[in-house]
Amino acid sequence: MPENNQASNKPKMMGSQSIVFHNPPYIIAASSVTGKKEGEGPLGHFFDLVQEDPLIGKDTWEEAESEFMKLAAQIAIQKAGLTNKDIRYMVAGDLLGQLIASSFGVAELGIPYFGLFGACSTMGEAISIASIIIDGGFADKVLAATSSHFAGAEKQFRFPLDYGNQRPYSASWTVTGSGAVILSDQKGNNKGRAIRVKGVTTGKIVDYGIKDPMNMGAAMAPAACDTIKSHLEDFNVKPDHYDRIITGDLGYVGSAILIDLLKEHNIDISNNHMDCGKEIFDQESQDTHAGGSGCACSAVTFASYVLKQLEEGAWKRVLFLPTGSLHSKVSYNEGNTMPGIAHAVVVEAE
Amino acid sequence: MEYVKAFLIGGAICALTQILLDTTKLMPGRVMVILVCTGAVLSALGIYEPFAEWAGAGAGVPLTGFGNTLFKGVKEAVDKEGLLGIFKGGFTSSAVGISAALIFSYIASWIFNPKMKS
Repeated sequence: MPENNQASNKPKMMGSQSIVFHNPPYIIAASSVTGKKEGEGPLGHFFDLVQEDPLIGKDTWEEAESEFMKLAAQIAIQKAGLTNKDIRYMVAGDLLGQLIASSFGVAELGIPYFGLFGACSTMGEAISIASIIIDGGFADKVLAATSSHFAGAEKQFRFPLDYGNQRPYSASWTVTGSGAVILSDQKGNNKGRAIRVKGVTTGKIVDYGIKDPMNMGAAMAPAACDTIKSHLEDFNVKPDHYDRIITGDLGYVGSAILIDLLKEHNIDISNNHMDCGKEIFDQESQDTHAGGSGCACSAVTFASYVLKQLEEGAWKRVLFLPTGSLHSKVSYNEGNTMPGIAHAVVVEAE
Repeated sequence: MEYVKAFLIGGAICALTQILLDTTKLMPGRVMVILVCTGAVLSALGIYEPFAEWAGAGAGVPLTGFGNTLFKGVKEAVDKEGLLGIFKGGFTSSAVGISAALIFSYIASWIFNPKMKS
């Protein structure tokens, strides 16, 4: 990948669908707030805050999710040593209809706000757009955040909890929580190595005709395959250029499909692939079936575990690509397919 | 003995349904509709009623029993009132069951709140 180059006449566009930043934004702070089950999982001790009460004292699951996002945003701002006024933009999204978790959550922060919908790929989309805004010189500090809530997602996309239905083994477990990162044009005061977003590859919508909302990994794996393939071509690098290629929430079913699909293109990521959906829960003891999912799955894993590995120098460079399934309750009830998408960002420690 | 029989027959119907849920891609809502329709069809063929008399609550409680009740109600009403009974009979015969479900679940919602699965 070309090194940081100040020459402004050099194109930032790379290949068919990628961008390389001339002034790669710094990730100066990150926060992760999760529910109890996530806190009991293998990554539990990396999270900033684990909330025992899934309602956090609110009356509804939706209000609780908003509270998760507000907490994540506040903790990130605090960790960066900033105030709300220092943040020029907030780009955020969630899974609930019309992004109510985000809009009700961030309303009182008083930060100019762009709402995003990329389903569970939202963290990749948010970091991409925040980085573009900063590298373009349109803002100096941008907050990217996303949230999801198990109970809210079940209610909207599957069955309300009161119905008590059983989950097939291909079903994933929506992560309760919210992750946020603050991107800046200046180096932050965080300990460890400085972390920068070097480039992005924006995913195309890929639809293999999967219709089962209890098997989202299979719907999203082809999109992840397409984005990884395009990314490697656009940047002209091999998979081993990255210490980890980190997908969002393919889970056990989707990860196996992704590795097989890429092998058909002679791309082997089996040695350095990691999936946040597989990492966040212990499949054996936590009965989560195919793994974690939801916007928060990749967001909290990235904001805690992944950034820590980069800060401490365990990893030098990762490709982070949250994956999403762009269906709605209406579309799948009307018998439509589940189109997948994956947005990749190149995150590097200096 | 009556209880054991009801338990075994009802359990067998539920076990068959579980196989349907596990081995097919049918969503739970659709499986429920299949059960009700199966009950109604078996009732129309004159099979379910003798089966229910023998199996008792084992055949009456599962959703197939609801299908049986619907058909019985429609048949009775048609015999008595002609074609209008098609629209009336099912509601009359199932009114007690449906009202009980509504009222008891409403009472339950005063006392309990849905909780997170863990």
